[in-house]
Amino acid sequence: MAVMPTDIEDAPEGALRPHAEEAFAHELKALAAADDRPRPSRWNLSPWAVALYILGGTLPGGTSRTKSGGGTVITPKYVGPRRIVEVAVTTLATDRALLLLGVPGTAKTWVSEHLAAAISGDSTLLVQGTAGTPEEAIRYGWNYAELLTNGPSRRALVSSPVMRAMAEGRIARVEELTRIPADVQDSLITILSEKTLPIPELGSETQAVRGFNLIATANDRDRGVNELSSALRRRFNTVVLPLPASAEDEIDIVTRRVDQLGRGLDLPAVPEGADEIRRVVTVFRELRAGVTADGRTKVKSPSGTLSTAEAISVVTNGLALAAHFGDGVLRAGDVAAGILGAVVRDPAADRVIWQEYLETVVREREGWKDFYRACREASA
Amino acid sequence: MSAPDVMTSGAPLAVPPAAGPSGVALLGVRHHGPGSARAVRAALDAYRPGTVLIEGPPEADPLVGLAAEDGMRPPVALLAHVLDDPARAAFWPFAEFSPEWVAIRWAAGHGVPVTFIDLPAAHSLALRTTPDEQDEPPGEGSPDDGSPDDGSSDGDEAVQALRIDPLAVLAETAGYDDPERWWEDAVEHRSSSGADPLAPFAALAEAMGALRELYGDGGHADDPAREAHMRLRIRDARRTHDRVAVVCGAWHVPALARPVTATADRQLLRGLPKVKVEMTWVPWTHRRLSRHSGYGAGIDSPGWYGHLFGARDRPVTRWMTKVAGLLRAEDLPVSSAHVIEAVRLADTLAAMRGRPLAGLSETTDAIRAVMCDGSDVPLALIRDRLVVGDVLGEVPDSAPAVPLARDLTREQRRLRLKPEALERELELDLRKETDAGRSRLLHRLRLLGIDWGEQVRSRAGTGTFRESWRLRWEPELAIRVAEAGVWGTTLLSAATAKAEEGAVHAAALADVTALAERCLVAGLPDALPVVMRVLADRAALETDVGHLAQALPALVRSARYGDVRGTDSAALHKVAEGLAERVCIGLPPACVGLDADGAAEMRGHAEAAHRAIGLLQADGLLDRWAVMLRGIAERDGAIPGLLRGSATRLLTDDGRLDEEAAARLMALALSPGTPSAEAAAWLEGFLAGGGMLLIHDERLLALVDSWLAAVPTAAFNDVLPLLRRTFGEFESGVRRTVGELVRRGGSAGRSAAAAGEAVPGFGAGFDEERVAAALPVLRLLLGHTDEGLADDAGRSDRSGTTGSGTTGSDTTGSGTTGSGTTGENG
Repeated sequence: MAVMPTDIEDAPEGALRPHAEEAFAHELKALAAADDRPRPSRWNLSPWAVALYILGGTLPGGTSRTKSGGGTVITPKYVGPRRIVEVAVTTLATDRALLLLGVPGTAKTWVSEHLAAAISGDSTLLVQGTAGTPEEAIRYGWNYAELLTNGPSRRALVSSPVMRAMAEGRIARVEELTRIPADVQDSLITILSEKTLPIPELGSETQAVRGFNLIATANDRDRGVNELSSALRRRFNTVVLPLPASAEDEIDIVTRRVDQLGRGLDLPAVPEGADEIRRVVTVFRELRAGVTADGRTKVKSPSGTLSTAEAISVVTNGLALAAHFGDGVLRAGDVAAGILGAVVRDPAADRVIWQEYLETVVREREGWKDFYRACREASA
Repeated sequence: MSAPDVMTSGAPLAVPPAAGPSGVALLGVRHHGPGSARAVRAALDAYRPGTVLIEGPPEADPLVGLAAEDGMRPPVALLAHVLDDPARAAFWPFAEFSPEWVAIRWAAGHGVPVTFIDLPAAHSLALRTTPDEQDEPPGEGSPDDGSPDDGSSDGDEAVQALRIDPLAVLAETAGYDDPERWWEDAVEHRSSSGADPLAPFAALAEAMGALRELYGDGGHADDPAREAHMRLRIRDARRTHDRVAVVCGAWHVPALARPVTATADRQLLRGLPKVKVEMTWVPWTHRRLSRHSGYGAGIDSPGWYGHLFGARDRPVTRWMTKVAGLLRAEDLPVSSAHVIEAVRLADTLAAMRGRPLAGLSETTDAIRAVMCDGSDVPLALIRDRLVVGDVLGEVPDSAPAVPLARDLTREQRRLRLKPEALERELELDLRKETDAGRSRLLHRLRLLGIDWGEQVRSRAGTGTFRESWRLRWEPELAIRVAEAGVWGTTLLSAATAKAEEGAVHAAALADVTALAERCLVAGLPDALPVVMRVLADRAALETDVGHLAQALPALVRSARYGDVRGTDSAALHKVAEGLAERVCIGLPPACVGLDADGAAEMRGHAEAAHRAIGLLQADGLLDRWAVMLRGIAERDGAIPGLLRGSATRLLTDDGRLDEEAAARLMALALSPGTPSAEAAAWLEGFLAGGGMLLIHDERLLALVDSWLAAVPTAAFNDVLPLLRRTFGEFESGVRRTVGELVRRGGSAGRSAAAAGEAVPGFGAGFDEERVAAALPVLRLLLGHTDEGLADDAGRSDRSGTTGSGTTGSDTTGSGTTGSGTTGENG
């Protein structure tokens, strides 16, 4: 899960959210100074130092702040299994493209931004994938004024972020790869396998120089996305970012995000560790994992993703309900309808799963009587 | 040779360490370490000892020859058990890649005698006081793991780990998480091809010496005695042989090299407790070598180790190819390009983690990212098939009998049940202690696949406390007993293990419930929690309500049976209730959109579940069930008429739906808007429980009658077979009465309209005269002595109607007459 930056330094004047390489410039500098391990060409840091930058820790070296930056504390950017970060960094070092998969809210974008910042010092070579992403966004476009006046030339060519990354040997990022239409996706195949981008109009090409690589993020459980073709998939190493490992972590994340969202909507503040948040997170985690928190009972998993992001939206909705129509205190009844909506996506199968869960797990749980009743009322 | 640290002569000896090959080579190994195994083989080839001493129980000396036989295939284990108590047992497992096994095979191949030199199992088993530790037999050659806990609990965890696998600790210190890869890197790759094969052992002995200076004996109480015994044996061997090789756990090497006098060693061994011990070889499996199965041999990746031992070169590349082959066999698209990328990733990952070689964790991470699209599901398969592996050992027939056979003999004697080739029948009265024991024995044997007895239908009676068996002992059953020895050393433990295994691998939910029943009758309380757990998990994930409903009756039966036997059946009840709950929730959606056959099947399930839930007597469950049935009964066309009719009937029979409501539902189902076939199916479902209701409540009959009259001619031909089937199942008396009632159709219809406040189906008043005629007989039947009131008589009259079909026509006749009279009066 992502750790949101608490103290952002060096933020440029007026920028609402500075880029990773700006916000953590001093850490990157200290790392680069202390890092004496071999670096792949055009990498700012060695793979080891990149992993350290993401996972956090203290730089080896004297406590005195010497030039080498020893003793500098690196804040953790990603709190999760070390293995995942190591595989991700190593993948980029082996010139294979990296695909970060995960349900919404698992810090895919966050990790990809920081990887690019640490490796290339530049996280801005970004293509945002949408249903309307054109091929020009991945390959190149034309400056039509220039094209009409002087004919096709390098000057008339508008490079895409991917093309620039190839030419400069940096890391390009593609967000939400599976949202991009399949035919546009496939234009990545040549880039990733041949490491070259032909420009037939000019009879030339742009070849990727060493150091170029690509990080893509995708949501693996969303419906209505464009599945990757196997040809493209084969060019990626896949790393699945897991959901928060413990209930406490997830409750923390939900509480913090709900608080942030709530302030924007002028909703009352969430009491620390509120009971309902705990219950919502517990329900989501249990249904997602297919087993109860105590590990004693299996349950069926519904078709929805039940991501942390959805838990946040259920709690925010509940909070709004409580504020505008209730007594301002978040109660079981306020979240019940939201949970039902999140769990029951497929009206036939999911409803049975939800009722089974209610009757076999929730009904007998100590202190959940009001929650059980509220959910039953909502399901009726 | 230039390895003085290794080639100590067993210092107490007068003979100084001889120059050249004479002396003692102490080969400290990592148990089950393929690297150690290769090194041992190389060392033995170079040293050519006159005898090989191995850390292991000396009782196994006569059995060591079997290891060279053709029928012996590792993994196998040496099994020692106390002669008259097979439950107290210890195992020394050997895999293909165990250094000890390699040493045994080397000795057999070179005609060199092998001797086991550890403390005799007679002592080590006697030192074990708690027989229930049998599920955690000691790791290879270290029965001290089973020693009383007081000795080991002092040492902290790190010391424990060190004691059990010091090489793993060394490897971890060096930054490896795979000790075998450390061995490969630190020992094999560093030594050039011409180097002294004994040198690694010398270095290892030094490292162990340093560790033992720091940690002493690792907190194990009986280590001094074991090491004293080993020293004494080494001394003996040294007397008769010039060159002696000792294969033992690396941890023991410094102690064996230490100069201690023979007298001091003997002093240590004096007065040790002793038991009579039997020893044999048993087949073993990779799964049991892995620590998942609770057998603490202590390695969790036997398949990977086997691969490291077997692979000629490039183990990671070969491993990746093997994995790709497995994934391809499972229809996952894995190309050579994947293999190439996976190998590259694994190597780079190792470099990034600062390891010179990729170990199991690096290869696994690489496989996940490259071949499995980041998913853990195929990895579980790889782990199961390759990392652990499905290898089953074999033992030649000449190996001594397994303790299980002994336990069987003992039980047979205790229960006075002789194995006879002649077939005979045995009647058991489970209320008697001996008979109950016999029943349990036979049930346990059946669970183990030893079909000595076959349960037959009892002749004496059908009470739950009776069982009939047909017994016949056939010679091949002895082989089955030997085979079943894999499962455990006693019938109880073996049957428990087998039942647990059966539950985990059961194909269908109903198989698991059947197994639960068998666990109860075989008296296996320890297996029950596992079976129940599997059952609960299976039930939770089962999506077919039919399967759930099928499994329910056996489970409810078991729960009730458990009550009868006095076993704690709370868990059974809980699981049964959970199952019933799931059926209750899943039934309505499962009833939607079924065809005629599907509906008929579902009706069977629903009725079976209905009966089972009635027996279960769970809190509030019956109410929820009734609400659910009511929901089905009230639903419109989506649910087949058969099921709606059936639900209506079940509710009516239980008194949860009064006749008023039943009549309303029937009117609804038989109204002109409903297709005739659908209405006929509803009738079939409703009337399947018997036709008495029609006689009972003439409104219902009238509804059926008027519906039938209104069925269009074309549809009538379709409906006829259904109706014929429905009415054909009525008892003949009921059928006749219904016929008679219908013939008087007009009057029935009128009476229904006029009956008003009277008991439905009957006239408002009594024909006093006729009632009086029947009263004396009724009083006699019911045991009434006082004068009955007219009201009383009326009730008796009615109970007669519902009670039996044969008298039905008579009494109802009177009722009809009564109503006829009322009609005239009105």
